[in-house]
Amino acid sequence: MKPAAFDYYAPSSIEEACRLLSEAGGGATVLAGGQTLMPLLALRMSQPFIVVDITRIAALKTVTRGDGCTRIGPTLRQNELIAHAEIGRALPSLVTAARHVGHHQTRNRGTVGGSIALGEPAAELPATALALGASVELRSLRGTRRVPLQDFYFGPYATALEPDELLVGIEFPDWPAGTSWLFREIAQRPGDFALVGFSGAVTVQDGRISRAGLAWFGMGPTPIRARQAEAALLNQNPEQIDAQAIAQLAIADTAPFDDHHASAEYRRTVGRRLCAKLLSETLPARQAA
Amino acid sequence: MSSHSIQIRINGRVHQATVESRLLLSDFLRDEAGYTGVHVGCEHGVCGACTVIVDGQAVRSCLMLAVQADGCSITTVEGLAAADGTLHPVQQALRDTHGLQCGFCTPGIVMTLAALREAQAAPSEERMLAALSGHLCRCTGYQGIRRAVRQLAGTPAESAHE
Repeated sequence: MKPAAFDYYAPSSIEEACRLLSEAGGGATVLAGGQTLMPLLALRMSQPFIVVDITRIAALKTVTRGDGCTRIGPTLRQNELIAHAEIGRALPSLVTAARHVGHHQTRNRGTVGGSIALGEPAAELPATALALGASVELRSLRGTRRVPLQDFYFGPYATALEPDELLVGIEFPDWPAGTSWLFREIAQRPGDFALVGFSGAVTVQDGRISRAGLAWFGMGPTPIRARQAEAALLNQNPEQIDAQAIAQLAIADTAPFDDHHASAEYRRTVGRRLCAKLLSETLPARQAA
Repeated sequence: MSSHSIQIRINGRVHQATVESRLLLSDFLRDEAGYTGVHVGCEHGVCGACTVIVDGQAVRSCLMLAVQADGCSITTVEGLAAADGTLHPVQQALRDTHGLQCGFCTPGIVMTLAALREAQAAPSEERMLAALSGHLCRCTGYQGIRRAVRQLAGTPAESAHE
């Protein structure tokens, strides 16, 4: 046996799952798609007493649209997200991001909520959800709270999620017609984590940028919003923006580090170019359309 | 440490067992159910050798617990060829094109391609190649595997010196 021993539960309701997490007093781990947790268990880097498998809870898999948002259940598989026509229309960049997560085989098991809750700083889905202004609904026996993703990530794999809390939904606000979607990453091979990645949405209405959400991944200890660049884009004519200057502002909000894949300087240089290229390719094209 | 009674249909045959919660599906398939065509390579989800089809989807069996497969229908490489030994088209294509050498990674590759063909009658060459990014092969340099994919997609073979 590779993993250390644990008790396994597969509750059929959210309430039961929350009760298990609460009673475990921090000794439980939530299992969704398992594409990160299973290697950690097999390598014994994680040795929980209790594993709570939430994939048999039907209520956690649903996708609903309405009230100005798209609500995605956390155990929706990444390949189910990619195939979901309604999500594709409402949140195209989220689908593009999902196509870059791991491999076909891991996306068949890996879930949207698993990736969001893990908080891997180089992952595609957390940064894209952050850029789109998403928030998460966290449930425990103590109650329910909503946390915007911008307040959710503290550091690598460190989030606002308490040990007794379960992620039960991810809410994405609707973006209006006239929104351009930006996504690109640089990785060594398909399926690898990004060395540098950028995701965003920019809305143009009446010839002016009315809304912008931009975020980096692989560029610091958490997914990082490019707040200065977002502010600089607002009310601008998309045909007249200085993409280089905006990209410089976007880089100013990052905190990349050196690792054995790439240096921080490489990440800044590539990130700046990638951001400028995305902005200059995407925004005038939308204006012309 | 909990143990669980599970029922899994493997290659059309129902298997019942009592398993420890921490038993990986890959180890269950090999050691308890006897399907040693499930090759266990890296054992942490990187190499793709242990890929099997679970309820129609290609998944890495080392990244699932056996208990999670309770009630599922699984196909391993043993379940593909016909009873008279006629190879599955994916197996035949790999054989025709020298798509394997040592053969360790092959069952996983076969299962990924077979699952794509199960979901979609004629997956494109591009789609098959993209799915194969989830498999590592250390012998072939991948060129034979690419030829097999071309054969399956019905695209013309390239010259011998590609």
